[in-house]
Amino acid sequence: MNSRSIILEKLRTGNPVADKPLPEWNLISSAKNLVSGFKKAIEANKGEVFELSEFENWLKSQEFEQVLSISKHFNYPNSIQIPTDAHELAELNLAIIDGQFGTAENGAIWLDDKNLNLRALPFITEHLVIILSKKQLVATMHDAYKRIQDSNSGFGLFLAGPSKTADIEQSLVIGAHGAKSLRVVWCED
Amino acid sequence: MSHSEKASLFIQDAEKTQWHDETLWFVRKKRDLITKTIPEWEELRETASQIKDHVLDHLADYLEEFERNANKNGIQVHWAQNAEEHNRLVLDIIQSKQCQSIVKSKSILTEECHLNPFLEKNGVEVVDTDLGERIVQFLNQPPSHIVLPAIHLKKREISELFHEKLQTEKGNEDPYYLTQAARIHLREKFLNAKVAITGVNFAVAETGEFVVCTNEGNADMGVHLADVHIACMGIEKIIPRRKDLGVFMRILARSATGQPITNYSSHFRSPASGKEIHLILLDNGRSAQLKREKFRNSLKCIRCGACMNTCPIYRKSGGYSYDSTVPGPIGSILSPGTDLKKHSTLPFASTLCGSCSDVCPVKINIHEQLYEWRQEITKANPDRPKNLSMKLASGIFKSPLAYRISGTLMRKVIQALPNSILYHPLNSWGKQRDLPQVPKESFRDWYKNNRL
Amino acid sequence: MPEYKNIGLFIPCYIDQFYPQVGIASLELLEKLGCQVGFPLGQTCCGQPLANSGYERDTEGSSLHFIEQFQHFDYIVAPSGSCVLHIKEHFPASAKIHPSFPEIKDKIFELTEFLTDILKVAIQGKFPHRVGYHASCHGLRGLRLGASSELNIADFNKSKQLLSQLEGLDWVELDRKDECCGFGGTFAVSEEALSVQMGNDRLRDHTSHQVEIITGGDVSCLMHLEGIAKRQHEKLKFMHIAEILNQAIS
Repeated sequence: MNSRSIILEKLRTGNPVADKPLPEWNLISSAKNLVSGFKKAIEANKGEVFELSEFENWLKSQEFEQVLSISKHFNYPNSIQIPTDAHELAELNLAIIDGQFGTAENGAIWLDDKNLNLRALPFITEHLVIILSKKQLVATMHDAYKRIQDSNSGFGLFLAGPSKTADIEQSLVIGAHGAKSLRVVWCED
Repeated sequence: MSHSEKASLFIQDAEKTQWHDETLWFVRKKRDLITKTIPEWEELRETASQIKDHVLDHLADYLEEFERNANKNGIQVHWAQNAEEHNRLVLDIIQSKQCQSIVKSKSILTEECHLNPFLEKNGVEVVDTDLGERIVQFLNQPPSHIVLPAIHLKKREISELFHEKLQTEKGNEDPYYLTQAARIHLREKFLNAKVAITGVNFAVAETGEFVVCTNEGNADMGVHLADVHIACMGIEKIIPRRKDLGVFMRILARSATGQPITNYSSHFRSPASGKEIHLILLDNGRSAQLKREKFRNSLKCIRCGACMNTCPIYRKSGGYSYDSTVPGPIGSILSPGTDLKKHSTLPFASTLCGSCSDVCPVKINIHEQLYEWRQEITKANPDRPKNLSMKLASGIFKSPLAYRISGTLMRKVIQALPNSILYHPLNSWGKQRDLPQVPKESFRDWYKNNRL
Repeated sequence: MPEYKNIGLFIPCYIDQFYPQVGIASLELLEKLGCQVGFPLGQTCCGQPLANSGYERDTEGSSLHFIEQFQHFDYIVAPSGSCVLHIKEHFPASAKIHPSFPEIKDKIFELTEFLTDILKVAIQGKFPHRVGYHASCHGLRGLRLGASSELNIADFNKSKQLLSQLEGLDWVELDRKDECCGFGGTFAVSEEALSVQMGNDRLRDHTSHQVEIITGGDVSCLMHLEGIAKRQHEKLKFMHIAEILNQAIS
């Protein structure tokens, strides 16, 4: 017998099975104002939320060498081309991508392969901007999973803030290995 | 060494003990604050607990369903009965890619299997990429906490370590500066690794996907830049449906660190084109634990670490005092199942205060299992002297006469003994504590004189 | 008020031998509140020290003895959350099948819960002191005599409910309102260093809030804390909650 059969056999014999049913639940969402709830959550996760005009002004004031925008809602004329190999993004300063929807209770934004193009993109970039519609917000993770129940992407990600760590004496440091900042920018849907 | 001997050593550094205690208590308080903003918190715990209970009753079925779906998605699923087989599987995959250096994100399971020394012995360089894990790896130490691996270290120690290993400025203890140094150091490792290993937080039977949660983004940096992703998981990490993730994602980070969610929660369903995902399902004693009726529900654990943060004994004795891959209360009910003799003092390293059970997001009755392990341990390792005194006590407690005589005798003896003997170093009670003042009469005597 | 004529007082062994004043206060208090209380002279120990050390199987004799001593009472009251919890949950299986055990389990109460849930009395009295309350873990998380800080449930505390009725009593809010004191039975000696460290930390929480008297529902915790305080010549006083209530009412 191979290990698979041995393990399954062990799991199927001699267990004190009570046969407890799989629960169903109806957990009522506690969030009321989704936009302000989402903004508060992102800020607590050490990200920022911008209106589009604020973001445009901010972007003008920056001098990034490499910017990659694959957003359908925000046109960045000087965007570099998306490479075939993510390693070529090692020097990327800013990535601008679209988020599908956000979750008000924790700021988590759902992204999958069609938003990312290269899975490494939101991690390897130095700074990250996610364009999101205010209309695309849900209250809790229950609503979030309901929304993606039938989607089938090879990779999907709830991203809720910049890369962070507190492994040195529990002091919070932003910018561990991934993006050093997250800006969420509201767009008109 | 027993837990108490190791704890005594830890406590000798009073300042560090206090810092360790207060820092973890702060994490516990953050957890309290955020859970109290969720009115349905207790309902979430109950639901999570019921899902896990159900899974444990049907583990084989869900594993098969998961495997079927994962295979359909292009994930290669492997099964390992024990640590040796697990490590061999990992090495075979690495060697088939002619790979000499790999990156690994936090996985307590690979600690359990002692994967790092095995791979190193076989000529593979392993780089732990979680900052805390990299720190303890530099020191050749295991993590002292499953979520906060370097919580036993002060920034001065990390600064000295990074000065030696990463050539940071001598004496610069700024956490931001030190983290940036690690970022630069690890970035190069990420860019060059062909194989990346991660743990697994949840695997979904219905979809054949698995979820990995980090705040640093290190798991994703590793796997998306590598050609091959090896995910290692215990067979108990299965959940039935995607919608069940909604429950677990709400409780995991809130319980672990008091944040609403980890900043990255990655769902792996199929490999990117031209790449591979391998997933190893590990038993290593779990199927045996499942057969132990009183202890099986310890397998509900989602490794949030909340029981460590809340446990006054963990906070004041440090993770290493447990000498077990998973320290703290949950470790003390998991470890005796793997090696009863080695871990026989752990279930006694508790006052049975029950805080662990009340804080546990999947409602494992941890302190009750500690009590039950004590019963098992005394049966398996009858250490005679203790047994004799307990037998004696048992006889006294069932006989009113013997009880009265021994009680009176005890009071007389304590009254008669000089302090030098009462507070002899061999008397553990009296080393740092006074004994109660001995009354002239017992309550029983008073009652007879005043009420009868 | 209904009459409570047939109440059995269970006085745990260490209270009997070392803290008779707590037994006396419990008895006098119940009598003042209109109860008729009996104390079976044949009672011994509930068996908890053995069971918590891993020898539950050796407590069959003492458990059956306890059932025989107390089964004829309408209620059983004890000034110890820890012992009451033990009787309810940790009697060995051989004692739990005794026909009277289910009834015993339902009619045994820790003193404060008996006052708040069964007698439901209003307490009238004076106790002008600054009091810190030590929540014993077995009472709190075992018998649920209060809301533990880990749970997201409505706050309550049966001892506070009683003490706050006393005129002049200044209830002190602690930084860690329900952290374990480190007694833990044999833990107090087998893990001596940790046990004392935990006790010290609890004491500091009280002294930093200028507590005058530490009270609680379990003498074992108080004995441990008092032992440390005395060794360090702290001026703290220790009273079981029965002593405070009994003294305040008279």
